[in-house]
Amino acid sequence: MLTAETIIQSLASGLLMGLLYGLIAVGLALIFGLMDVVNFAHGEFLMISMYATFFLFAFFAIDPLLSAPLVAAALFVFGAVVYLLIVRFAVRAKANAGMVQIFSTFGLAIVMRGLAQFFFTPDYRSVTNSWLGGKTVSVGGIFLPEPQLVGALVSIAAFVALYFFINRTDFGRALEATREDAGAVALVGIDKNRVFAVGWGLGAALVGLSGAIMAIFFYVYPDVGASFALIAYVTVALGGFGSVFGAFAGGIIVGLVEAVTALVLPPSLKSVGIYAVYLLVVFIRPRGLFGSM
Amino acid sequence: MDTQFAQRRRRELITAACLAVLAALVPLFVKDVYVQNMMVLTLMYAALSQSWNILSGYCGQISLGHALYFGLGAYTTALLFMKFGVLPWFGMLAGGVISALIAMALGYPCFRLRGHYFVIATIVIAEIGLLLFHNWDWAGAALGIDIPVRGDSWLKFQFTRSKLPYFYFALVLACIAWFVTWWLEDSKWGYWWRAVKDNPEAAESLGVVVFNSKMGAAAVSAFLVAVGGSFYAQFVSYIDPESVMGFQFSLLMALPAVLGGIGTLWGPILGAVILIPLTELTRSYIGGSGRGVDLIVYGSLIVLISLARPQGLVSLFSRRKRAAK
Repeated sequence: MLTAETIIQSLASGLLMGLLYGLIAVGLALIFGLMDVVNFAHGEFLMISMYATFFLFAFFAIDPLLSAPLVAAALFVFGAVVYLLIVRFAVRAKANAGMVQIFSTFGLAIVMRGLAQFFFTPDYRSVTNSWLGGKTVSVGGIFLPEPQLVGALVSIAAFVALYFFINRTDFGRALEATREDAGAVALVGIDKNRVFAVGWGLGAALVGLSGAIMAIFFYVYPDVGASFALIAYVTVALGGFGSVFGAFAGGIIVGLVEAVTALVLPPSLKSVGIYAVYLLVVFIRPRGLFGSM
Repeated sequence: MDTQFAQRRRRELITAACLAVLAALVPLFVKDVYVQNMMVLTLMYAALSQSWNILSGYCGQISLGHALYFGLGAYTTALLFMKFGVLPWFGMLAGGVISALIAMALGYPCFRLRGHYFVIATIVIAEIGLLLFHNWDWAGAALGIDIPVRGDSWLKFQFTRSKLPYFYFALVLACIAWFVTWWLEDSKWGYWWRAVKDNPEAAESLGVVVFNSKMGAAAVSAFLVAVGGSFYAQFVSYIDPESVMGFQFSLLMALPAVLGGIGTLWGPILGAVILIPLTELTRSYIGGSGRGVDLIVYGSLIVLISLARPQGLVSLFSRRKRAAK
């Protein structure tokens, strides 16, 4: 039955989920905006963040809300290392540059999935009895799950912080300058590799943050990244490659469309709505909503 | 110059013919069913990757959604046979034509897209196809289709006792895909495609109809991949949406060409000959533990080759040849 109440209810949860999608996707958008590279291991970055959160909870009883900054810091290091060990060489490729970027990060994704299966087994795990897990708040008759609500707030905070970071700090300006012209910044004494490494670290840290929140209400298993990765690519492309804040808008749209699709189509088809909206948008506007290219 | 080029073309043709004859003789010495199975898959992926290479390698429109055409080929053949008793040979043709038409219908809006927008569109379209087949009851939905066994015959293209007929069909398919590529390489289309790949604006200004070139590449590529899908349905005799239209097929089609050398004549075959046996062997010897070691080996190899040999493994051969001269 479609009543006004169910529609508002699902729009509200769609909005919360959408803000989280935005947070998952923003790291991807940041890295792409910086150096035109799509990280095809993005979903696996999310997967290891979720595992890190799970193990911190299982072994040290650290609640995901407290471990989120730790996971983000660990992912920062991880992202920078991935740049220095793999991506740095991939962007240097003289032939088939696009393909090399896709498949070197994609190969990394497969390795990470294999490692997760090897060390953590393919079992489904979940964080049980965390502070927020399974709790809801009621706002004017609408029930909102607390993990998603906190996730949405973190997402908004992260986007605001990122906005100030990019526009108001020296490093943010270095980031922008490197994006504009990586050759020229070398002349003014900016180390391109360092900027890119920090960019990758930052992108990964943002995934770490979203992974910690996702772990509160979603199962953790080696392939968990795959389904969210595709949503993240669509989110970024919908918002437009090169625009970090396009990912924010894209996330909200994706969340709402998913919720509405789930109302009218069988649950197994809920992703069709997202995909259809992506196609519709790029057919009309081939560079996404806010894309620069 | 021209004669040298013609010589090279002829040499390629002769090399391919020799390789095909050699491959055809292999089953005389290799009787092991497991190895024969692996050879069938290797030839099939060589054919698929060669077909994928036409659109993504030569024409530069990177598709990670070719699983859609593979699945359409498999489903068309299986459904026509099961529901209407149409022989798989006609089903194969029908699957190819349907896929080519759908590729052009999808290409019409998609070929305006560039770079990652195009790649993501191809993934997303194949995903929609997968989800629709998942929910399409008439086509077996998630349960899939068990192709009814009507006894061994070439007419029905079913063989329960021996893998050899499948081996020879896969070999012929790989040869056809290679020959089509070889022939197109030196045709008007081949030159157009490479021009479109390198610089679409410049190509357009020189009178290449960019849009039609892409459509042509998409149709040829989808047709051949669908024939591969029809073959696969007959070979495994059971299909469901995941097992013929899943994202992994889009990747398995792309990887041999990428590792062997994208946009090259020999790349897909070389890539398939290395990659598919390696995948199968790691899966059955180390992967059996279910602990992901096969994925670790496989993934590391992809990273290493793509970083160390961005032009693909065929470049190893051409360098040696040049050094020898």
